[in-house]
Amino acid sequence: MTAKVVTITSGKGGVGKTTITANLGAALASMGQKVVCIDADIGLRNLDVVLGLENRIVYDLVDVVEGRCRLRQAMIKDKRTEGLYLIPAAQTRDKTAVSPSDMIRLCDELRPEHDWVIIDSPAGIERGFRNAIAPADSVFVVTNPEVSAVRDADRIIGIVEAEEKGPAQLIINRIDVAMVQRGDMISTEDILELLAIELIGIIPEDENVIISTNRGSPISLDGKSRAGKAMQNISRRMMGEEVPFMELAVQAGFFKRLFAGGGSKNE
Amino acid sequence: MSDFIGRLTGYKRKSAYQAKERLQLVLIHDRTNLSNSVLETMKDEIIEVISRHIEIDPATVSIKLNKDGREQRLIADIPILGPKKKRNL
Repeated sequence: MTAKVVTITSGKGGVGKTTITANLGAALASMGQKVVCIDADIGLRNLDVVLGLENRIVYDLVDVVEGRCRLRQAMIKDKRTEGLYLIPAAQTRDKTAVSPSDMIRLCDELRPEHDWVIIDSPAGIERGFRNAIAPADSVFVVTNPEVSAVRDADRIIGIVEAEEKGPAQLIINRIDVAMVQRGDMISTEDILELLAIELIGIIPEDENVIISTNRGSPISLDGKSRAGKAMQNISRRMMGEEVPFMELAVQAGFFKRLFAGGGSKNE
Repeated sequence: MSDFIGRLTGYKRKSAYQAKERLQLVLIHDRTNLSNSVLETMKDEIIEVISRHIEIDPATVSIKLNKDGREQRLIADIPILGPKKKRNL
């Protein structure tokens, strides 16, 4: 086993990095993969609450790096999904407590015994982000269909390329098909034309994400919700499966509406 | 979407269209760190150098940034009037 290290990043905050990290981790583990999720957002940890593991933290990433515990001791085993582990961020330290070479060393130690290491990057383009991309084999850039998020994604894609971690792949999160059809939200096609990188996932706006986060149970474990299905699709693509992008039918929907006179449901 | 269909459907007035147009300009600027005034200065300097050797009309010179995937290209179009007339003969 040699784990692939995937870093989830975005530039702009609040676009869904942590939710996506938790869900891809859970989805991959539910497919029988051995997965470690690392929260690299030191000082602002959140992956623990999204995964529902906040009450089980004893040691964190900084404890491992500074040698206060063994790596194994900082890995929290998920209670629902076999094969899923979390290494939480430290809450009372800042990002300078960890260096890019610490992250590379840590991931190299994890690689032999796992299939995937998924790193939740902090927002921004500073030390925390550099730490998160240093060990990455591939980088997923998350954006929302909104000007500031797309602009920041473009910056990040450029830096990832310059650091020779590219080409990054794109996840468009929180797309509202009805708004796109009305012409009030930038479409997937337009974002891809602007950013000119490969797409790995489109996740529709879905209130079930908030509900599942309230419960601390990743939505990808629930195959019925649209967002959960979209996250599962990304994890299947990561496994090398060819899964069509359902939401790309937006343009077809426009013409369908024109001729059929009814709203079409695109997912 | 073609201009014709764009006008017909009112697509160009839509906010998503405006977002895309604005992003196109912002991204080119972010990626190259070239402002319009730097571009104008470069244009003047290029005209000056070229004019030393051949006859051109500065008014017809166009210098613009083009986007090709994730690569930016500086495109100069400089129509030539004729060989430089020799002064001080």
